[in-house]
Amino acid sequence: MRAWVFGDDVDTDVLAPGRYMKLPIEEIAKHCLETMDPSFAAAVRPGDIVVAGRNFGAGSSREQAPAALRHLGVAALVAESFAGLFYRNALNLGLPALVCPQARRIRPGDSLTVNAETGEIRNLTTGETLACEPIPAHLMQMVRDGGLLAHLEKRCNTTSS
Amino acid sequence: MSQTLAQKLVARAAGRGSVAPGEIVTCKVDLAMMHDSSGPRRVKPMLERLGAKVWDPGKVVVITDHYLPAYDDESRNIIRIAREWVREAGIESFYDAQGICHIVLPERGHLRPGMFVVGGDSHSPTGGAFAAYMFGIGATEMVGVLVTGEIWLKVPHTIAMEFDGRLSAGVSAKDVMLFLIGRFGMEGGQYQAVEYRGEAVRELSMQERMTLCNMTAELGGQVGLIASDEVTRNFLNLHSIERWESDDGAALLAHHRFNAGELPPQVAAPHSPANTKAVHEFRDVKPNLAYIGACTGAKLEDLRMASRILKGRKSKIRFLVAPASLRDQQSAEREGTLQVLLDAGAELLANSCGMCAGYGEHLLPEKAVAISTTARNFKGRMGAASAQVYLASPYTVAASAVAGRVCDPREMLA
Repeated sequence: MRAWVFGDDVDTDVLAPGRYMKLPIEEIAKHCLETMDPSFAAAVRPGDIVVAGRNFGAGSSREQAPAALRHLGVAALVAESFAGLFYRNALNLGLPALVCPQARRIRPGDSLTVNAETGEIRNLTTGETLACEPIPAHLMQMVRDGGLLAHLEKRCNTTSS
Repeated sequence: MSQTLAQKLVARAAGRGSVAPGEIVTCKVDLAMMHDSSGPRRVKPMLERLGAKVWDPGKVVVITDHYLPAYDDESRNIIRIAREWVREAGIESFYDAQGICHIVLPERGHLRPGMFVVGGDSHSPTGGAFAAYMFGIGATEMVGVLVTGEIWLKVPHTIAMEFDGRLSAGVSAKDVMLFLIGRFGMEGGQYQAVEYRGEAVRELSMQERMTLCNMTAELGGQVGLIASDEVTRNFLNLHSIERWESDDGAALLAHHRFNAGELPPQVAAPHSPANTKAVHEFRDVKPNLAYIGACTGAKLEDLRMASRILKGRKSKIRFLVAPASLRDQQSAEREGTLQVLLDAGAELLANSCGMCAGYGEHLLPEKAVAISTTARNFKGRMGAASAQVYLASPYTVAASAVAGRVCDPREMLA
Protein backbone atom coordinates (compact mmCIF):
# COMPACT_ATOMS: atom_id res chain seq x y z
CA MET A 1 0.00 0.00 0.00
CA ARG A 2 1.01 3.57 -0.49
CA ALA A 3 3.60 5.17 1.77
CA TRP A 4 3.09 8.65 3.26
CA VAL A 5 6.47 9.89 4.40
CA PHE A 6 7.11 12.44 7.15
CA GLY A 7 10.22 13.66 8.97
CA ASP A 8 11.47 13.61 12.57
CA ASP A 9 9.56 14.61 15.72
CA VAL A 10 6.05 14.50 14.26
CA ASP A 11 4.20 15.54 17.40
CA THR A 12 0.78 14.70 18.80
CA ASP A 13 -0.41 18.30 18.34
CA VAL A 14 0.09 17.85 14.61
CA LEU A 15 -1.64 14.45 14.62
CA ALA A 16 -4.58 15.58 16.80
CA PRO A 17 -4.62 19.40 17.05
CA GLY A 18 -5.71 20.76 20.44
CA ARG A 19 -8.46 23.00 19.14
CA TYR A 20 -10.34 19.96 17.74
CA MET A 21 -9.74 17.70 20.75
CA LYS A 22 -13.21 18.42 22.14
CA LEU A 23 -14.79 16.87 19.03
CA PRO A 24 -15.42 13.23 18.05
CA ILE A 25 -12.59 11.30 16.36
CA GLU A 26 -14.10 11.64 12.86
CA GLU A 27 -13.76 15.44 13.18
CA ILE A 28 -10.25 15.32 14.69
CA ALA A 29 -9.14 12.94 11.92
CA LYS A 30 -10.03 15.52 9.24
CA HIS A 31 -7.23 17.71 10.63
CA CYS A 32 -4.67 14.97 11.22
CA LEU A 33 -1.24 16.13 9.94
CA GLU A 34 -2.84 19.09 8.14
CA THR A 35 -0.09 21.54 9.09
CA MET A 36 2.49 19.22 7.47
CA ASP A 37 0.46 18.00 4.50
CA PRO A 38 -2.96 19.62 3.99
CA SER A 39 -3.94 16.88 1.51
CA PHE A 40 -3.25 13.97 3.85
CA ALA A 41 -6.58 13.40 5.61
CA ALA A 42 -8.60 13.60 2.39
CA ALA A 43 -6.19 11.65 0.20
CA VAL A 44 -5.00 8.83 2.48
CA ARG A 45 -6.64 5.49 1.65
CA PRO A 46 -7.45 2.50 3.85
CA GLY A 47 -4.40 0.26 4.01
CA ASP A 48 -1.89 3.08 3.46
CA ILE A 49 1.24 3.22 5.60
CA VAL A 50 2.60 6.24 7.47
CA VAL A 51 6.41 6.34 7.49
CA ALA A 52 8.51 8.74 9.54
CA GLY A 53 11.91 9.48 10.99
CA ARG A 54 12.79 9.65 14.65
CA ASN A 55 10.54 10.22 17.66
CA PHE A 56 7.18 9.84 15.90
CA GLY A 57 4.32 10.84 18.22
CA ALA A 58 6.31 13.09 20.56
CA GLY A 59 4.36 15.03 23.14
CA SER A 60 0.96 14.40 24.62
CA SER A 61 -0.70 11.25 25.99
CA ARG A 62 -3.74 12.02 23.83
CA GLU A 63 -4.80 8.73 22.30
CA GLN A 64 -6.64 10.63 19.59
CA ALA A 65 -3.25 10.98 17.85
CA PRO A 66 -2.97 7.29 16.84
CA ALA A 67 -6.78 7.01 16.83
CA ALA A 68 -7.02 9.65 14.07
CA LEU A 69 -4.56 7.67 11.93
CA ARG A 70 -6.48 4.46 12.58
CA HIS A 71 -9.77 6.20 11.80
CA LEU A 72 -8.39 7.27 8.42
CA GLY A 73 -7.59 3.64 7.67
CA VAL A 74 -3.82 3.77 8.12
CA ALA A 75 -2.79 0.10 8.41
CA ALA A 76 0.61 0.48 10.06
CA LEU A 77 3.15 3.02 11.24
CA VAL A 78 6.82 2.64 10.37
CA ALA A 79 9.42 4.94 11.94
CA GLU A 80 13.04 5.02 12.96
CA SER A 81 11.76 5.47 16.49
CA PHE A 82 8.56 6.27 18.35
CA ALA A 83 7.92 8.35 21.45
CA GLY A 84 7.33 5.77 24.22
CA LEU A 85 3.86 6.89 25.25
CA PHE A 86 2.63 7.10 21.65
CA TYR A 87 4.01 3.62 20.95
CA ARG A 88 1.95 2.14 23.79
CA ASN A 89 -1.13 4.07 22.65
CA ALA A 90 -0.86 2.91 19.02
CA LEU A 91 -0.52 -0.75 19.97
CA ASN A 92 -3.32 -0.40 22.54
CA LEU A 93 -5.54 0.64 19.62
CA GLY A 94 -4.40 -2.34 17.58
CA LEU A 95 -2.42 -0.13 15.21
CA PRO A 96 0.96 -1.79 14.51
CA ALA A 97 3.91 0.52 15.13
CA LEU A 98 7.12 -0.84 13.65
CA VAL A 99 10.59 0.44 14.47
CA CYS A 100 12.59 0.34 11.23
CA PRO A 101 16.19 1.64 11.32
CA GLN A 102 16.08 1.96 7.51
CA ALA A 103 12.75 3.82 7.34
CA ARG A 104 14.48 6.67 5.48
CA ARG A 105 14.94 4.43 2.44
CA ILE A 106 11.19 4.60 1.82
CA ARG A 107 10.08 7.40 -0.55
CA PRO A 108 6.68 9.12 -0.67
CA GLY A 109 4.24 7.11 -2.75
CA ASP A 110 6.26 3.86 -2.64
CA SER A 111 4.07 0.80 -2.65
CA LEU A 112 4.68 -1.28 0.49
CA THR A 113 3.52 -4.47 2.10
CA VAL A 114 4.04 -4.61 5.85
CA ASN A 115 3.98 -7.80 7.87
CA ALA A 116 3.59 -6.81 11.51
CA GLU A 117 4.08 -10.40 12.70
CA THR A 118 7.48 -10.87 11.08
CA GLY A 119 8.45 -7.20 11.01
CA GLU A 120 9.23 -7.39 7.30
CA ILE A 121 8.51 -4.54 4.90
CA ARG A 122 8.57 -5.16 1.18
CA ASN A 123 8.98 -2.12 -1.00
CA LEU A 124 7.30 -3.16 -4.24
CA THR A 125 8.42 0.05 -5.94
CA THR A 126 12.13 -0.46 -5.32
CA GLY A 127 12.20 -4.22 -4.78
CA GLU A 128 13.87 -3.75 -1.39
CA THR A 129 13.08 -5.70 1.75
CA LEU A 130 13.51 -3.84 5.06
CA ALA A 131 13.66 -5.42 8.49
CA CYS A 132 11.90 -3.94 11.53
CA GLU A 133 12.41 -4.69 15.20
CA PRO A 134 9.79 -7.23 16.22
CA ILE A 135 6.82 -6.07 18.31
CA PRO A 136 7.22 -7.78 21.74
CA ALA A 137 5.20 -11.01 21.94
CA HIS A 138 2.80 -9.89 24.70
CA LEU A 139 1.92 -6.78 22.68
CA MET A 140 1.64 -8.61 19.36
CA GLN A 141 -1.01 -10.84 20.96
CA MET A 142 -2.96 -7.71 21.90
CA VAL A 143 -2.59 -6.26 18.39
CA ARG A 144 -3.87 -9.55 16.95
CA ASP A 145 -6.92 -9.30 19.21
CA GLY A 146 -7.57 -5.84 17.76
CA GLY A 147 -6.13 -3.80 20.61
CA LEU A 148 -6.37 -3.60 24.39
CA LEU A 149 -10.12 -3.05 24.56
CA ALA A 150 -10.88 -6.17 22.52
CA HIS A 151 -8.25 -8.00 24.57
CA LEU A 152 -9.98 -6.91 27.80
CA GLU A 153 -13.37 -7.83 26.38
CA LYS A 154 -12.06 -11.36 25.90
CA ARG A 155 -10.73 -11.36 29.46
CA CYS A 156 -13.95 -9.94 30.98
CA ASN A 157 -16.06 -12.49 29.09
CA THR A 158 -13.80 -15.33 30.22
CA THR A 159 -13.97 -14.20 33.85
CA SER A 160 -17.74 -13.74 33.91
CA SER A 161 -18.64 -17.01 32.16
CA MET B 1 22.45 -6.66 43.96
CA SER B 2 22.44 -2.88 44.00
CA GLN B 3 19.23 -1.45 42.56
CA THR B 4 18.34 1.96 41.20
CA LEU B 5 15.43 3.94 42.65
CA ALA B 6 13.41 3.06 39.53
CA GLN B 7 14.11 -0.67 39.95
CA LYS B 8 13.15 -0.56 43.62
CA LEU B 9 9.86 1.20 42.90
CA VAL B 10 8.96 -1.18 40.07
CA ALA B 11 10.00 -4.25 42.09
CA ARG B 12 7.71 -3.25 44.95
CA ALA B 13 4.77 -2.73 42.59
CA ALA B 14 5.50 -6.04 40.85
CA GLY B 15 5.67 -7.88 44.18
CA ARG B 16 9.27 -8.86 43.59
CA GLY B 17 12.46 -8.61 45.60
CA SER B 18 14.33 -7.15 42.67
CA VAL B 19 13.91 -6.60 38.92
CA ALA B 20 16.36 -6.23 36.05
CA PRO B 21 16.21 -3.56 33.32
CA GLY B 22 14.54 -4.89 30.17
CA GLU B 23 12.33 -7.42 31.97
CA ILE B 24 8.60 -7.22 31.27
CA VAL B 25 6.69 -7.15 34.54
CA THR B 26 3.10 -6.58 35.66
CA CYS B 27 2.71 -3.93 38.33
CA LYS B 28 -0.11 -3.27 40.76
CA VAL B 29 -1.25 0.35 40.52
CA ASP B 30 -1.53 2.26 43.80
CA LEU B 31 -3.26 5.27 42.26
CA ALA B 32 -4.72 6.29 38.90
CA MET B 33 -5.19 9.97 38.08
CA MET B 34 -7.33 11.33 35.27
CA HIS B 35 -8.39 14.73 33.99
CA ASP B 36 -11.49 15.82 32.13
CA SER B 37 -10.07 15.45 28.63
CA SER B 38 -8.53 11.97 28.67
CA GLY B 39 -10.55 10.73 31.66
CA PRO B 40 -14.29 10.25 32.17
CA ARG B 41 -15.47 11.27 28.69
CA ARG B 42 -13.16 8.64 27.17
CA VAL B 43 -13.16 5.84 29.75
CA LYS B 44 -16.90 5.83 30.53
CA PRO B 45 -18.03 4.47 27.12
CA MET B 46 -15.23 1.90 27.10
CA LEU B 47 -16.09 0.66 30.61
CA GLU B 48 -19.72 0.40 29.52
CA ARG B 49 -18.72 -1.62 26.47
CA LEU B 50 -16.84 -4.01 28.77
CA GLY B 51 -19.63 -4.03 31.35
CA ALA B 52 -16.85 -3.42 33.88
CA LYS B 53 -16.53 -1.33 37.02
CA VAL B 54 -13.58 0.53 38.50
CA TRP B 55 -11.41 -1.97 40.39
CA ASP B 56 -11.01 0.26 43.43
CA PRO B 57 -12.70 3.70 43.42
CA GLY B 58 -10.57 4.66 46.44
CA LYS B 59 -7.48 4.49 44.25
CA VAL B 60 -8.75 6.86 41.56
CA VAL B 61 -8.42 10.64 41.53
CA VAL B 62 -10.22 12.82 38.96
CA ILE B 63 -9.27 16.46 38.45
CA THR B 64 -10.83 18.88 35.96
CA ASP B 65 -8.30 21.21 34.35
CA HIS B 66 -8.30 21.07 30.53
CA TYR B 67 -11.72 22.37 29.49
CA LEU B 68 -11.92 25.04 32.16
CA PRO B 69 -13.31 27.57 32.01
CA ALA B 70 -15.88 25.83 29.83
CA TYR B 71 -16.74 28.16 26.98
CA ASP B 72 -19.08 26.32 24.62
CA ASP B 73 -21.48 23.37 24.51
CA GLU B 74 -18.75 20.82 23.86
CA SER B 75 -16.51 21.90 26.71
CA ARG B 76 -19.46 22.20 29.10
CA ASN B 77 -20.49 18.67 28.15
CA ILE B 78 -16.98 17.28 28.78
CA ILE B 79 -16.93 18.81 32.27
CA ARG B 80 -20.50 17.62 32.97
CA ILE B 81 -19.54 14.03 32.06
CA ALA B 82 -16.63 14.20 34.53
CA ARG B 83 -18.90 15.45 37.33
CA GLU B 84 -21.56 12.81 36.69
CA TRP B 85 -19.16 9.92 36.19
CA VAL B 86 -17.29 10.34 39.47
CA ARG B 87 -20.63 10.04 41.27
CA GLU B 88 -21.69 6.97 39.28
CA ALA B 89 -18.31 5.30 39.78
CA GLY B 90 -18.14 6.13 43.50
CA ILE B 91 -14.96 8.16 43.21
CA GLU B 92 -14.62 10.48 46.18
CA SER B 93 -11.32 12.13 45.28
CA PHE B 94 -12.68 14.61 42.74
CA TYR B 95 -11.18 18.08 42.45
CA ASP B 96 -13.26 20.34 40.26
CA ALA B 97 -11.72 23.62 39.08
CA GLN B 98 -9.02 23.46 41.76
CA GLY B 99 -6.07 23.67 39.39
CA ILE B 100 -3.90 21.53 37.15
CA CYS B 101 -3.88 17.82 37.97
CA HIS B 102 -0.10 17.44 38.42
CA ILE B 103 -0.09 20.19 41.03
CA VAL B 104 -3.37 19.37 42.76
CA LEU B 105 -2.50 15.67 43.20
CA PRO B 106 0.44 16.16 45.59
CA GLU B 107 -1.01 19.37 47.03
CA ARG B 108 -3.97 17.33 48.36
CA GLY B 109 -1.71 14.64 49.76
CA HIS B 110 -2.28 11.84 47.25
CA LEU B 111 1.39 11.09 46.53
CA ARG B 112 3.84 9.34 48.84
CA PRO B 113 7.34 8.06 48.22
CA GLY B 114 7.32 4.43 47.06
CA MET B 115 3.98 4.56 45.24
CA PHE B 116 3.33 3.29 41.71
CA VAL B 117 1.00 5.69 39.92
CA VAL B 118 -0.40 6.18 36.42
CA GLY B 119 -1.78 9.43 35.06
CA GLY B 120 -3.85 10.11 31.97
CA ASP B 121 -1.54 12.90 30.87
CA SER B 122 1.97 13.10 29.46
CA HIS B 123 3.25 15.35 32.23
CA SER B 124 2.54 12.66 34.81
CA PRO B 125 6.28 12.18 35.46
CA THR B 126 5.87 15.26 37.70
CA GLY B 127 4.94 12.82 40.49
CA GLY B 128 8.45 11.36 40.38
CA ALA B 129 9.64 14.38 42.36
CA PHE B 130 8.09 12.57 45.36
CA ALA B 131 10.04 9.35 44.67
CA ALA B 132 6.88 7.79 43.26
CA TYR B 133 7.00 5.87 39.96
CA MET B 134 4.49 7.93 38.00
CA PHE B 135 4.06 7.98 34.24
CA GLY B 136 1.54 8.97 31.58
CA ILE B 137 -0.75 6.62 29.66
CA GLY B 138 -3.54 6.99 27.09
CA ALA B 139 -7.26 6.51 27.66
CA THR B 140 -7.55 2.88 26.55
CA GLU B 141 -4.62 1.87 28.72
CA MET B 142 -6.30 3.75 31.58
CA VAL B 143 -9.37 1.57 31.04
CA GLY B 144 -7.06 -1.43 31.37
CA VAL B 145 -5.86 -0.09 34.74
CA LEU B 146 -9.38 0.80 35.89
CA VAL B 147 -10.59 -2.73 35.14
CA THR B 148 -7.61 -4.78 36.35
CA GLY B 149 -5.70 -2.50 38.75
CA GLU B 150 -2.56 -3.55 36.88
CA ILE B 151 -0.31 -2.47 34.03
CA TRP B 152 2.64 -3.98 32.19
CA LEU B 153 6.01 -2.33 32.21
CA LYS B 154 9.41 -2.90 30.72
CA VAL B 155 11.74 -2.32 33.66
CA PRO B 156 13.66 0.81 32.72
CA HIS B 157 17.34 1.49 32.76
CA THR B 158 18.31 4.61 34.69
CA ILE B 159 20.01 7.69 33.27
CA ALA B 160 21.45 9.77 36.12
CA MET B 161 21.62 13.55 35.69
CA GLU B 162 23.82 14.84 38.47
CA PHE B 163 24.22 18.53 39.23
CA ASP B 164 27.08 19.49 41.54
CA GLY B 165 27.25 22.87 43.24
CA ARG B 166 24.30 25.22 43.26
CA LEU B 167 22.27 27.06 40.63
CA SER B 168 23.08 30.78 40.40
CA ALA B 169 20.54 33.39 41.44
CA GLY B 170 18.04 33.83 38.59
CA VAL B 171 18.60 30.30 37.27
CA SER B 172 15.93 27.68 37.95
CA ALA B 173 14.81 24.09 37.39
CA LYS B 174 13.24 25.17 34.10
CA ASP B 175 16.66 26.27 32.84
CA VAL B 176 18.11 22.92 33.89
CA MET B 177 15.52 21.06 31.85
CA LEU B 178 15.76 23.28 28.77
CA PHE B 179 19.52 22.76 28.94
CA LEU B 180 19.20 18.97 29.20
CA ILE B 181 16.62 18.76 26.40
CA GLY B 182 18.82 20.97 24.22
CA ARG B 183 21.84 18.84 25.03
CA PHE B 184 20.33 15.35 24.73
CA GLY B 185 17.29 16.01 22.50
CA MET B 186 13.65 15.07 22.90
CA GLU B 187 14.66 11.41 22.80
CA GLY B 188 17.47 11.83 25.32
CA GLY B 189 15.48 9.99 27.98
CA GLN B 190 15.04 6.97 25.67
CA TYR B 191 11.75 6.21 27.48
CA GLN B 192 13.85 5.04 30.44
CA ALA B 193 14.00 6.40 34.00
CA VAL B 194 15.81 9.72 34.39
CA GLU B 195 17.06 10.31 37.93
CA TYR B 196 18.00 13.83 39.02
CA ARG B 197 20.57 13.99 41.80
CA GLY B 198 23.44 15.97 43.21
CA GLU B 199 23.75 18.88 45.59
CA ALA B 200 21.93 21.34 43.31
CA VAL B 201 18.90 19.03 43.12
CA ARG B 202 18.85 18.38 46.87
CA GLU B 203 18.88 22.15 47.42
CA LEU B 204 15.78 22.69 45.28
CA SER B 205 12.34 23.29 46.75
CA MET B 206 9.69 20.65 46.14
CA GLN B 207 7.94 22.61 43.40
CA GLU B 208 11.24 23.19 41.59
CA ARG B 209 11.91 19.45 41.78
CA MET B 210 8.45 18.94 40.27
CA THR B 211 9.51 21.13 37.33
CA LEU B 212 12.53 18.87 36.71
CA CYS B 213 10.43 15.72 36.72
CA ASN B 214 7.60 17.37 34.76
CA MET B 215 9.77 18.17 31.75
CA THR B 216 11.16 14.65 31.70
CA ALA B 217 8.24 14.28 29.26
CA GLU B 218 10.00 16.60 26.79
CA LEU B 219 13.32 14.86 27.47
CA GLY B 220 11.65 11.61 26.38
CA GLY B 221 11.94 9.67 29.64
CA GLN B 222 9.14 7.47 30.95
CA VAL B 223 9.67 8.75 34.49
CA GLY B 224 11.75 11.45 36.15
CA LEU B 225 12.73 10.52 39.69
CA ILE B 226 14.23 12.21 42.73
CA ALA B 227 15.11 10.43 46.00
CA SER B 228 12.88 11.30 48.95
CA ASP B 229 14.34 13.38 51.76
CA GLU B 230 13.49 16.07 54.29
CA VAL B 231 12.29 18.46 51.58
CA THR B 232 9.77 15.81 50.50
CA ARG B 233 8.71 15.20 54.10
CA ASN B 234 8.20 18.88 54.81
CA PHE B 235 6.16 19.50 51.66
CA LEU B 236 3.90 16.54 52.41
CA ASN B 237 3.66 17.67 56.03
CA LEU B 238 4.51 14.23 57.40
CA HIS B 239 6.17 13.31 60.69
CA SER B 240 8.35 10.72 59.02
CA ILE B 241 8.98 9.57 55.49
CA GLU B 242 10.13 6.42 53.73
CA ARG B 243 13.55 6.95 52.20
CA TRP B 244 13.53 5.79 48.61
CA GLU B 245 16.82 6.20 46.78
CA SER B 246 19.21 4.38 44.45
CA ASP B 247 21.79 2.11 46.04
CA ASP B 248 25.39 3.17 45.68
CA GLY B 249 26.91 1.36 42.75
CA ALA B 250 23.59 0.46 41.07
CA ALA B 251 24.19 0.02 37.33
CA LEU B 252 23.27 3.05 35.21
CA LEU B 253 22.67 3.34 31.48
CA ALA B 254 24.46 6.70 31.61
CA HIS B 255 25.69 9.08 34.28
CA HIS B 256 26.02 12.73 33.29
CA ARG B 257 27.56 15.25 35.66
CA PHE B 258 27.31 19.01 35.41
CA ASN B 259 28.38 21.98 37.46
CA ALA B 260 25.10 23.73 38.29
CA GLY B 261 26.81 27.03 39.05
CA GLU B 262 27.97 27.37 35.43
CA LEU B 263 24.49 27.13 33.93
CA PRO B 264 23.13 30.41 32.48
CA PRO B 265 19.38 30.98 31.91
CA GLN B 266 18.17 29.05 28.85
CA VAL B 267 15.62 29.78 26.13
CA ALA B 268 14.13 27.31 23.62
CA ALA B 269 13.28 28.82 20.23
CA PRO B 270 10.30 27.79 18.08
CA HIS B 271 9.20 25.04 17.44
CA SER B 272 10.94 22.57 19.73
CA PRO B 273 11.97 22.46 23.39
CA ALA B 274 15.26 21.06 22.08
CA ASN B 275 16.06 24.33 20.23
CA THR B 276 17.75 25.61 23.34
CA LYS B 277 20.54 28.13 23.76
CA ALA B 278 21.71 30.48 26.49
CA VAL B 279 19.47 33.52 26.96
CA HIS B 280 21.98 36.05 25.57
CA GLU B 281 21.67 34.44 22.11
CA PHE B 282 18.11 35.75 21.90
CA ARG B 283 18.50 39.39 22.87
CA ASP B 284 17.19 40.56 19.47
CA VAL B 285 13.91 38.70 19.87
CA LYS B 286 11.03 41.00 20.79
CA PRO B 287 8.03 39.11 22.18
CA ASN B 288 4.61 40.76 22.16
CA LEU B 289 3.12 38.44 24.76
CA ALA B 290 4.42 36.95 28.01
CA TYR B 291 2.71 33.89 29.48
CA ILE B 292 3.18 32.46 32.95
CA GLY B 293 1.08 29.33 33.07
CA ALA B 294 0.86 25.54 33.15
CA CYS B 295 1.97 22.75 35.46
CA THR B 296 5.51 23.40 34.28
CA GLY B 297 5.63 27.10 35.01
CA ALA B 298 2.92 28.64 37.21
CA LYS B 299 3.22 26.99 40.60
CA LEU B 300 3.60 29.18 43.70
CA GLU B 301 7.38 28.91 43.41
CA ASP B 302 7.20 30.01 39.74
CA LEU B 303 5.01 33.00 40.63
CA ARG B 304 7.52 33.96 43.31
CA MET B 305 10.38 33.88 40.81
CA ALA B 306 8.46 36.19 38.48
CA SER B 307 7.60 38.53 41.34
CA ARG B 308 11.27 38.88 42.36
CA ILE B 309 11.86 40.42 38.93
CA LEU B 310 8.62 42.35 38.67
CA LYS B 311 8.60 44.10 42.03
CA GLY B 312 8.34 47.82 41.22
CA ARG B 313 8.44 47.18 37.46
CA LYS B 314 5.88 47.09 34.65
CA SER B 315 5.47 44.76 31.72
CA LYS B 316 5.85 46.47 28.35
CA ILE B 317 3.88 43.74 26.59
CA ARG B 318 0.65 41.80 27.10
CA PHE B 319 1.23 39.69 30.20
CA LEU B 320 -0.97 36.73 31.12
CA VAL B 321 -0.76 34.72 34.33
CA ALA B 322 -2.68 31.48 34.93
CA PRO B 323 -1.65 30.20 38.40
CA ALA B 324 -1.34 26.42 38.34
CA SER B 325 -3.66 25.80 41.26
CA LEU B 326 -6.26 27.67 43.25
CA ARG B 327 -4.34 27.03 46.47
CA ASP B 328 -1.13 28.34 44.95
CA GLN B 329 -3.00 31.42 43.79
CA GLN B 330 -4.45 31.94 47.27
CA SER B 331 -1.00 31.54 48.85
CA ALA B 332 0.41 34.01 46.34
CA GLU B 333 -2.36 36.41 47.21
CA ARG B 334 -1.76 36.11 50.97
CA GLU B 335 1.95 36.72 50.76
CA GLY B 336 1.68 39.60 48.27
CA THR B 337 3.27 37.79 45.33
CA LEU B 338 0.11 37.99 43.26
CA GLN B 339 -0.24 41.73 43.84
CA VAL B 340 3.27 42.30 42.49
CA LEU B 341 2.28 40.49 39.27
CA LEU B 342 -0.98 42.43 38.99
CA ASP B 343 0.80 45.75 39.62
CA ALA B 344 3.18 44.85 36.80
CA GLY B 345 0.19 44.60 34.48
CA ALA B 346 -0.70 40.90 34.62
CA GLU B 347 -4.10 39.73 33.40
CA LEU B 348 -5.18 36.87 35.62
CA LEU B 349 -6.56 33.72 33.94
CA ALA B 350 -8.20 30.59 35.38
CA ASN B 351 -6.32 27.91 37.32
CA SER B 352 -6.29 25.50 34.41
CA CYS B 353 -4.12 24.23 31.56
CA GLY B 354 -5.31 27.18 29.49
CA MET B 355 -3.24 28.24 26.53
CA CYS B 356 -0.56 25.63 27.11
CA ALA B 357 -2.81 22.78 26.01
CA GLY B 358 -4.35 24.81 23.17
CA TYR B 359 -7.80 23.41 24.06
CA GLY B 360 -9.59 26.46 25.34
CA GLU B 361 -10.97 29.80 24.37
CA HIS B 362 -7.71 31.67 24.83
CA LEU B 363 -5.27 30.82 22.06
CA LEU B 364 -2.26 32.60 20.63
CA PRO B 365 -3.33 34.84 17.73
CA GLU B 366 -1.73 34.91 14.28
CA LYS B 367 1.83 36.30 14.28
CA ALA B 368 2.06 36.27 18.09
CA VAL B 369 5.59 36.16 19.45
CA ALA B 370 5.25 34.69 22.92
CA ILE B 371 7.71 34.01 25.70
CA SER B 372 6.24 31.36 27.93
CA THR B 373 6.92 29.29 31.04
CA THR B 374 5.15 26.30 29.48
CA ALA B 375 6.75 23.03 28.36
CA ARG B 376 6.10 22.71 24.62
CA ASN B 377 6.47 25.14 21.75
CA PHE B 378 5.41 22.83 18.95
CA LYS B 379 4.09 24.65 15.91
CA GLY B 380 0.44 25.56 16.39
CA ARG B 381 0.10 23.92 19.82
CA MET B 382 -0.84 27.07 21.72
CA GLY B 383 -2.84 28.65 18.92
CA ALA B 384 -2.10 29.97 15.43
CA ALA B 385 0.46 28.04 13.37
CA SER B 386 2.14 31.39 12.64
CA ALA B 387 2.70 32.02 16.37
CA GLN B 388 6.28 31.81 17.61
CA VAL B 389 6.72 30.48 21.13
CA TYR B 390 9.94 30.85 23.11
CA LEU B 391 10.19 28.73 26.25
CA ALA B 392 11.93 30.09 29.32
CA SER B 393 11.90 30.19 33.12
CA PRO B 394 9.53 32.43 35.09
CA TYR B 395 12.52 34.70 35.82
CA THR B 396 13.35 35.07 32.13
CA VAL B 397 9.71 35.50 31.05
CA ALA B 398 9.21 38.23 33.64
CA ALA B 399 12.45 40.01 32.73
CA SER B 400 11.61 39.82 29.03
CA ALA B 401 8.14 41.26 29.68
CA VAL B 402 9.73 44.22 31.44
CA ALA B 403 12.41 44.76 28.78
CA GLY B 404 10.16 44.13 25.78
CA ARG B 405 12.87 41.87 24.43
CA VAL B 406 14.34 38.56 25.57
CA CYS B 407 16.36 39.51 28.60
CA ASP B 408 18.74 37.80 31.03
CA PRO B 409 16.93 38.03 34.39
CA ARG B 410 20.23 38.27 36.25
CA GLU B 411 20.47 41.85 34.94
CA MET B 412 17.37 42.72 36.99
CA LEU B 413 18.14 40.82 40.20
CA ALA B 414 19.94 43.30 42.38
